[in-house]
Amino acid sequence: MTDVTRNTDPRLILLDPADNVLVLRQDIAGGETLRVAGHRITLERGIAMGHKLACRPIGKGEKVLKYGAPIGSATRDIAIGEHVHLDNLKSDYTATYALAGNQEASR
Amino acid sequence: MTALAGYPRSDGRKGIRNLVAVAYLVECAHHVARAIATPFDDSAHLIGFPGCFPNDYAQRIMQQLGTHPNVGAVLLVSLGCESFDRFALEQTIAASGRPVETLVIQHQGGTRATIEAGRKWVEERARELAGAERVPMEISELVVGTICGGSDGTSGLSGNPAVGRAFDTLVSEGAACIFEETGELIGCEDIMAARAATPALGDELRASVAKAARYYATLGYGSFAAGNATGGLTTIEEKSMGAYAKSGASPISGLIKPGDIPPRGGLYLMDVVPDGEVRFGFPNIADNAEIVEMMASGAHLTLFVTGRGSVVGSALAPVIKIAANPKMYERLSDDMDINAGRILTGEATLDEVGREIHDLTLRVAGGEPTRSEALGHKEFILTYKSFEPLGPSCLPA
Repeated sequence: MTDVTRNTDPRLILLDPADNVLVLRQDIAGGETLRVAGHRITLERGIAMGHKLACRPIGKGEKVLKYGAPIGSATRDIAIGEHVHLDNLKSDYTATYALAGNQEASR
Repeated sequence: MTALAGYPRSDGRKGIRNLVAVAYLVECAHHVARAIATPFDDSAHLIGFPGCFPNDYAQRIMQQLGTHPNVGAVLLVSLGCESFDRFALEQTIAASGRPVETLVIQHQGGTRATIEAGRKWVEERARELAGAERVPMEISELVVGTICGGSDGTSGLSGNPAVGRAFDTLVSEGAACIFEETGELIGCEDIMAARAATPALGDELRASVAKAARYYATLGYGSFAAGNATGGLTTIEEKSMGAYAKSGASPISGLIKPGDIPPRGGLYLMDVVPDGEVRFGFPNIADNAEIVEMMASGAHLTLFVTGRGSVVGSALAPVIKIAANPKMYERLSDDMDINAGRILTGEATLDEVGREIHDLTLRVAGGEPTRSEALGHKEFILTYKSFEPLGPSCLPA
């Protein structure tokens, strides 16, 4: 078991030791404080199951790793515990299309 | 081990269903064909091609579906003036030993007369097919496809790797298993190529993904729907890594294109992105287009993993739906055959759900209806594409 896993809320999964993001296995409400890689993080907004949180600081331009594989590059600096999604991560292949008016993700 | 039984066909393959296919050969014949098939809910399935201009790909897919092992008889419904080669299609199906009839609406005397003649023909064939004998069938005679649709951040954690486990078992038992959508393998090309049976096949796998990346870049959109992002997926390469998990861990035996039948058991990647310059629009406009292509390559049934909650089934070949998370399963449990969300809640392991998918695959092959079959789902879509023949390294001996 890696240090990240030992010091992290069990609702967050580390898929590969090389990863800099964790995946939520269930919804977590805004305002909750949780342990992420040994740090105490309070969520500003709720984050839905299947979404990702940073488990290390990720610099602008750095690759985001999930399943041990790069899934794109950070578009700005990302702090530990931050939601990693469309606002701070972009594909190295084709741009992602999402519906601007859709707020379901942060429910 | 479950004893399977199938309907024997003249080409040596066996069907797990015994259906009448009613096929429209242009959109102008769609209504009439649908009206013919509708009263025979379980026994006649509607398929067809809407275009009036000829297309080698569509012709080949329709020939492969007209001779699909799950099909016992075929009624072709033509308007009369479309470009689709109904003569060649009828000949291919007749040569397979299946009863086949072509009704031309313009010759038959219009809508009413064609519907009446068509229903009479289908009723007689359905009665004959219902009395057909099945013969013993081996797992090694099964062709199983997989697809993920309505994917979210949970698909790649639970349902997709569980299907990968089921695929590993099926491949070890001699079945042919097909995964596809090279546009959703972007970013996985190197790890996938390392699993190829030969280095030359590895190069072909890599090239198929590079082609997909180029094709989608030209179109300006990846194979990524708005709902994927809502469900926590941010980029196409992230979606790809999750989708790739469906392929399991077996060596990759070959690369096929839609309509190519796997020559033997093993794991195959289907290259679904057209060859040549970008023409005719998006490679697969919806999930069912991919299911149709796997059926054309002989898939008896499809394992469909969904996170957001797809409800589709398919004409001709059963679809087993696997829910990737417990939240969606709760809302759509009527539509789902397997709840892989139990992996996320810790109630089941990947291996346990993989075994469950494997066992249900064999029961469905034995005749047990899937949820989508019981609910009457028979989606079908086929549009224009163009492919070049397979390269020499795609199917190593």
